Amino acid sequence: MRTVSPWWEPAPPDGTMGEPRARGRFGDYGGRYAPESLVEACREVDQAFREAWADPGFRGALARLLAVHAGRPTPLTPAGRLSEALGVRLYLKREDLTHTGSHKINNVLGQALLATRMGRRRLIAETGAGQHGVATATAAALLGLDATVFMGERDIERQALNVFRMRMLGAEVVPVTTGSRTLKDATSEAMRHWVGATGDSHYCIGSVVGPDPYPWMVREFQRVIGDEARAQCAAELRTGVPDHVVACVGGGSNAAGTFAGFADTTARLVGVEAEGGAGASRGRLGVLHGCRSLFLQDDDGQITEAHSIAAGLDYPGVGPEHAHLRDLGRARYVTVSDDEAAAAAVRLARTEGIVPALESAHALAWVIRAAAGGDLPAGSTVLMTLSGRGDKDVSTLKELL
Amino acid sequence: MTNPTLAAGEVERHLRARRDGGRGLLMPYVTGGIAPGWTDYLSAFADAGADAIEVGLPFSDPTLDGVTIQRASAAALARGASTRRILADLAGLPDLGVPLVASTYYNLVLHDGPEAFCAALRRAGVAGLIVPDLPVHEAGELMDVAAAAGVEPALLASPTTPPTRLAEIAARSRGFVYAVSLMGTTGERDGLAASAAELAGRIRRVSDRPVLLGFGISTPDQARRARRHADGVVVGAAVMRRVLDGAGPDDLRAFIATLRQALDQECDRSG
Repeated sequence: MRTVSPWWEPAPPDGTMGEPRARGRFGDYGGRYAPESLVEACREVDQAFREAWADPGFRGALARLLAVHAGRPTPLTPAGRLSEALGVRLYLKREDLTHTGSHKINNVLGQALLATRMGRRRLIAETGAGQHGVATATAAALLGLDATVFMGERDIERQALNVFRMRMLGAEVVPVTTGSRTLKDATSEAMRHWVGATGDSHYCIGSVVGPDPYPWMVREFQRVIGDEARAQCAAELRTGVPDHVVACVGGGSNAAGTFAGFADTTARLVGVEAEGGAGASRGRLGVLHGCRSLFLQDDDGQITEAHSIAAGLDYPGVGPEHAHLRDLGRARYVTVSDDEAAAAAVRLARTEGIVPALESAHALAWVIRAAAGGDLPAGSTVLMTLSGRGDKDVSTLKELL
Repeated sequence: MTNPTLAAGEVERHLRARRDGGRGLLMPYVTGGIAPGWTDYLSAFADAGADAIEVGLPFSDPTLDGVTIQRASAAALARGASTRRILADLAGLPDLGVPLVASTYYNLVLHDGPEAFCAALRRAGVAGLIVPDLPVHEAGELMDVAAAAGVEPALLASPTTPPTRLAEIAARSRGFVYAVSLMGTTGERDGLAASAAELAGRIRRVSDRPVLLGFGISTPDQARRARRHADGVVVGAAVMRRVLDGAGPDDLRAFIATLRQALDQECDRSG
């Protein structure tokens, strides 16, 4: 059995959240469990990413796109009234203010630029809530690429507005009718499609999951969140580093990007999962969608369906690096219910004038609970990544409230 | 290096012997637990001239399978199929005279650990194994315990596999080498992909192990063409489409017999 170290001893092990070890390993997790037909394609992505990431020209071009197109840097907003009510000092990293309304654009612009560099003409993507699909459609339009987005039929019903946005941006949206008809099945279908299209298409995975190099590459494209927040905290906070860094976790890309900026500090890292999609909290070792990580499974080893009010957290597993951070005790993973998340969304709207995505509301719900329950001592500083804006969830909330 | 023939396990010895006797190898597939009495399909395959039988252990997320095997897997799981129950069914069968090869995704291998999984296969009389999402560079943890348990995991090679890895796959594969005929998922196709001949040829140049072509081979004519380049064929979706449409063991016996006949004719012609 794994030994799980206590999270309250945050001494950062050397090299945490650096480059993965050989064969894309984060501890025992990660790897490239791809069908042989995709191994060469993964190797090409790996090689191209390594070259690009070491190339100041590529980094400069990406930084410029992030600035002039996506609106980076995003602000760090002190949540004044809510902080006062909770007795902690809460700062929000405002990924909801990026173009397309969520952190997904950071990764997608990186991968789209990489695809162009690799001579690929088309992006393939899976999407749950539709945020990654919209971001992919946006980046494709911006760079003159085609985009095909796979989306579960159930999510298409729940997120009709995002489906329309993707189509308006020129992307083809393919409904996925198999399995639970949500993110997990959309990911499987996107992988199947990529097997037959590796020559001209790049698979633009939306989270820190999938075969090596995706978990690492997506985290690196998302670390702009953490790097910016680190510098902003240094300027804003007397202590320089917040006591706690909190982010929601589905596959875990906004959390990975946020944590990457603070892995070598004394900040305590907290990933907040949906109760019905808690891969890191309740998952069991397995292999799905190309990587070895923690997945929700039944007694026979079948992957179980995740359920969350937030479509973006409806994934039955977690990125391999989160599984590793959990084992190391470097990050702690907690769960929040649908009701807590919905209440937190409303509370943020009414105290700060910000309507968060239901995904991000999970992170806030934990902050609210922890501040009341003493997990967050009075006066402690908390950085929370507000990963996306809530426009897409208004109809869901309307039914609920 | 050990002589591959001496080191071969029972699947490979069986397939080599039949191949060396001039026979085109035929491995039909069935999804375990697909219907009540599903093991009758196995006897029908053996009667109709199969040289090995692939039994799929259904997984909830078959990422390399096309719509037919997806539907079959979902149907079997909905009936309550599981690795444990399927292996129990197989353990109760009389010897069919041909080796059984399990195929499944790596999550089910990892579930109780590769060692326990291989031991369970062996107890059920299964000697071969195919894990499509376990490429050669991740296969280390399985290969050693499989060898110890007497299970032969066959590795897959694809049209995009570069030469160095192809040689490694051919060397480390056990039982046979599974040549994926095209860049795509499992499922019936209209013709035999051009990539099939090239890949089979490349494998044969670096290995003496039996080479079976699979993915998309669905008709006697395609099997005949595939036989010109490889030692034999795997036929999955074409079988399972018929099963899903309600075909029973006798119908499948007739279909497999047409594939057998096509392979035998091709041998006569080339011989």
